[in-house]
Amino acid sequence: MLIKHKVRAFSLSLVLILTVAGCSTSRTASAQSVKPTKDRKVAPDFVLKDASGKQVKLSDYRGKAVVLDFWATWCGPCKIEIPWFIEFQRKYKDRGLVILGVASGDEGWDIVQPYMNQMKINYPILLGNDATADLYGGIEALPTTFIIDRDGRVAKLHIGLASKEDFQNAIEKVLDAAPESQRAAAGRAE
Amino acid sequence: MLLPSLSALLLVAQSSPVLQVTPPEPVNVKAGAIFSSPLTVSLNEGFHMNSSTPTEKYLIPLTLKWTSTTVETENVEYPKPQSLKLAFESKPLSILSGKFMFLTKFKVGPNTPAGPTTVTGKLRYQACNDKACFPPKTVEIKLPVNVL
Repeated sequence: MLIKHKVRAFSLSLVLILTVAGCSTSRTASAQSVKPTKDRKVAPDFVLKDASGKQVKLSDYRGKAVVLDFWATWCGPCKIEIPWFIEFQRKYKDRGLVILGVASGDEGWDIVQPYMNQMKINYPILLGNDATADLYGGIEALPTTFIIDRDGRVAKLHIGLASKEDFQNAIEKVLDAAPESQRAAAGRAE
Repeated sequence: MLLPSLSALLLVAQSSPVLQVTPPEPVNVKAGAIFSSPLTVSLNEGFHMNSSTPTEKYLIPLTLKWTSTTVETENVEYPKPQSLKLAFESKPLSILSGKFMFLTKFKVGPNTPAGPTTVTGKLRYQACNDKACFPPKTVEIKLPVNVL
């Protein structure tokens, strides 16, 4: 427990230092494109419930590109990004994009659901928990957003508010790339 | 060369990632008396937190709650909030930033025996900067009281 606390404190400190120093991970990452395929790590699988109580697994979306957004109702910068995600969900759904919002586990559906309605969120929202946050490094700053390719690997990470253009560019890149299985099949056919 | 600098920064940040609370001055007071104690908090540059009266119900208010078996809290005077207009909110936010002060009025129970006691405060806040927000945190504060 103490170690976990120390790891969290370390993560928070690092995020704060990067943010205060004016070189947030988000901005650093924005300068480059999505990670090269060989450098991408598998996004940890999780099971969380949506507002209807249905269990949703990240791996259910294998083959699709996923924007995994950790957010909270009390987070102002998250509120800036949500309308972009609503637009992306509409614009890129048919090309295989899924936006998944993971609301802070400290909040219950009685807080999250009215906020979803108020913001007219058109993509699945799941209620997070510590175990899922830990899988993704602790999530000490919000928003934290992972852009996951069709093979379930993290192509880009934004900690803190990113620009709409950065998201759009990364989404276009992961949508344009076929999943590995299709690439392998195409290779065999040639 | 980078490593020692980064380590030093981490140490500083771990001890005070977002704010510093100046420990309150010890108080000498008679049984049955009323006294006030200021509490000064400094938020690091670039950060702000919701005031005790945020403008939206989904925002987490700043709270300061004191507990003691012998010293009662009469009232907590919260710092005066500032108004911050952000593009994503229709109403200006009610926030605090920089250095601010709480003033708490306490009453010592009339039958409190002489001797030292401690009043424990819990300051709960939720801070953000212009890029990110951080989960709510609670800081514990100790106010030493010597009943004469």
